[in-house]
Amino acid sequence: MNILVCIKQVPDTKIIKVNPKTNTLDRSSAPAILNPYDAHAVEEAVGLRAVHGGKVTVLCMGPPQAKEAIKKCVEIGADEGFLISDRRFAGADTLATSYALYKAIQKMMVDDGVDLVLCGKHAIDGDTGQTGPGIARRLGIPPLTNVIKIEEVDLENQQMKVHRKIENGYELIQSSLPCLLTVEKEINEVAYSPLPNMLRAARYTPTIWTVDDLNDVDIKQLGLKGSPTIVGKMWPPAKSEGANIIEGDVKKQVSEIVSLVLEKRELFEVKGGE
Amino acid sequence: MNLEEYRGVWVFIEQRNGKLVDVGLELLGAGRDLADKLEVDLCGVLLGHNIKDLSKDLFEYGADKVYVIDDPILEQYRSETYMVAVGDLVRKYKPEIFLYGATSNGKDLASAVATEVMTGLTADTTLLDVDLEKRLFEASRPAFGGNIMATILCKKHRPQMATVRPKVMKKRDREEGRVGELIEESISLQEESLRTKVLEIVRDTKKAVNLEDAVIIVSAGKGIKDEKGLQMVRELADVLNGTVGASRDIVEAGLIGHDHQVGQTGLTVTPKLYFAIGISGAVQHTVGMENSETIVAINNDPDAAIFNVAHHGVVADAFEIVPLLTEEFKKALQEEAKEGGVAHA
Ligand SMILES: Cc1cc2nc3c(=O)[nH]c(=O)nc-3n(C[C@H](O)[C@H](O)[C@H](O)COP(=O)(O)OP(=O)(O)OC[C@H]3O[C@@H](n4cnc5c(N)ncnc54)[C@H](O)[C@@H]3O)c2cc1C
Ligand SMILES: Nc1ncnc2c1ncn2[C@@H]1O[C@H](COP(=O)(O)O)[C@@H](O)[C@H]1O
Repeated sequence: MNILVCIKQVPDTKIIKVNPKTNTLDRSSAPAILNPYDAHAVEEAVGLRAVHGGKVTVLCMGPPQAKEAIKKCVEIGADEGFLISDRRFAGADTLATSYALYKAIQKMMVDDGVDLVLCGKHAIDGDTGQTGPGIARRLGIPPLTNVIKIEEVDLENQQMKVHRKIENGYELIQSSLPCLLTVEKEINEVAYSPLPNMLRAARYTPTIWTVDDLNDVDIKQLGLKGSPTIVGKMWPPAKSEGANIIEGDVKKQVSEIVSLVLEKRELFEVKGGE
Repeated sequence: MNLEEYRGVWVFIEQRNGKLVDVGLELLGAGRDLADKLEVDLCGVLLGHNIKDLSKDLFEYGADKVYVIDDPILEQYRSETYMVAVGDLVRKYKPEIFLYGATSNGKDLASAVATEVMTGLTADTTLLDVDLEKRLFEASRPAFGGNIMATILCKKHRPQMATVRPKVMKKRDREEGRVGELIEESISLQEESLRTKVLEIVRDTKKAVNLEDAVIIVSAGKGIKDEKGLQMVRELADVLNGTVGASRDIVEAGLIGHDHQVGQTGLTVTPKLYFAIGISGAVQHTVGMENSETIVAINNDPDAAIFNVAHHGVVADAFEIVPLLTEEFKKALQEEAKEGGVAHA
């Protein structure tokens, strides 16, 4: 089973610091990491390979240093990694991103078919989750988003069944292969990498492609030029008058909070019949 | 692309089992304002099977027109079928703005349609407007890059599309008897040629958390540090019979499930009382809770942005003050219960 996983390198938004005076991001404070959801996608692919055989390939679009994210995937167990990196890709929104990734996948498919494409549910730098369905549409394969479990893979009949998370529940959905899944964190636990993977990753250099390595690319659809959305104005969120700050020692603070809450008696009224 | 050909504001109307999902009505409310400014029709797009009657509600909530495709093939949501149906409608009728609820299916559909018709899509917007002079849709959302809001524009492509969080926009009051034009369309797909099939839908009826209806929410952020800190917050919530909410950071850290997350990519909540404990007040968080009736913030940093949106603030160490609060509330509520005054809801 040939599995392709699209992965993105993102700033670690949990660590990133905002300068409260200028409202801007201190980018140097944020280490770049493998998008956490994509780590789960790679883990899932590695698990499927263990059962069905085949190969796990990762694909990333990003600056040269994104090869670190690919190495992380090799640690998790990916066989191979491709980085498409070129200034002409820069500034892409999700539509231009899915176009570039699609062109790379097409090129990869010249040598090898792909049975399954995996993406993360979303990338934590934007939380959009639009790239996966975009790639699927371009490849002409069904997208199954927010997958929490792969129930069955039937290679003989080229079919799979997955659980797709929806509001308060899930749906069991069947799809023919190839298809594209975007995965949630619940799908698996990313296991600690075995030593041989770590060693392999440390020495690994991914294949790097530029725009010129891809076939039949319409340059107008790439990067900033190929992105229909642009950022207009930016402004800091409106500030209200600000909080009434409760001064005093902790005892006084506690008693003031308790009384201001208890004054709102409707919060504690017994509802009829309960 | 001739932008002039594109007119009208569209809203994707999600239904589940023949029942309208609230966010669709909320977007009709928001869409009505946009359509009035632009002096165009507001249209609902309703897909499914045996759902035609729902259009009556859509007119009463503000739609001028409803495009309906009623077909067994559309009974359950599938990207594969909905994407084609909506894509065909867009190509035929050419709307200038198209809104979708940011639900699982709404996001899935919007992403697929954006690629299908090759246009721009802005995710998880919290503020919508139009620039009349340029006739441009202004979809705003908290920007990655700090405590800042950004307007995203789509200048050269149509329709201009956005997903909008549930509960952010307001539905209008129902206008009984308001009518509109129903336009029926069909879909050309055959079941045999489709590649996906929904086999079963499993609803978790004993939904563990219901933040959206909670009267009191006690939310924890990174300041509570770990499991133990979270437990402390849970205890306060228990005493108040409140529900535990969370910032994205502790959700991402794996301390608590995503269904507790408040904010731009979590839930929008409007409880009567919202405690923010150890939450810095990033705009991605505050867009989800700023309309709460009373907000009490606890943070040991006097400059924390959360104090800009809170009504009452205490600069204190959560590890010291929260257990004390729990204890005092427990005493006070027991006391009052004895006196028969305030009962524990
Ligand atoms: C695309 C995108 C979408 C996002 N969506 C959301 C969303 O839906 N919801 C959301 O919440 N965030 C969201 N975020 C993240 C958001 O930008 C912030 O990073 C996040 O809200 C910060 O969480 P926090 O306040 O818990 O942590 P921090 O910002 O780390 O704040 C911790 C706070 O705790 C205080 N503190 C520390 N120790 C103590 C103590 N002992 N006692 C009291 N206070 C203490 C600190 O002073 C600080 O203010 C999103 C980000 C992006 C990029
Ligand atoms: N630059 C990229 N390179 C490779 N994969 C990407 C890239 N951007 C997005 N993806 C994939 O698309 C998913 C959703 O990203 P997004 O649409 O940005 O939220 C990610 O989890 C990745 O699997």
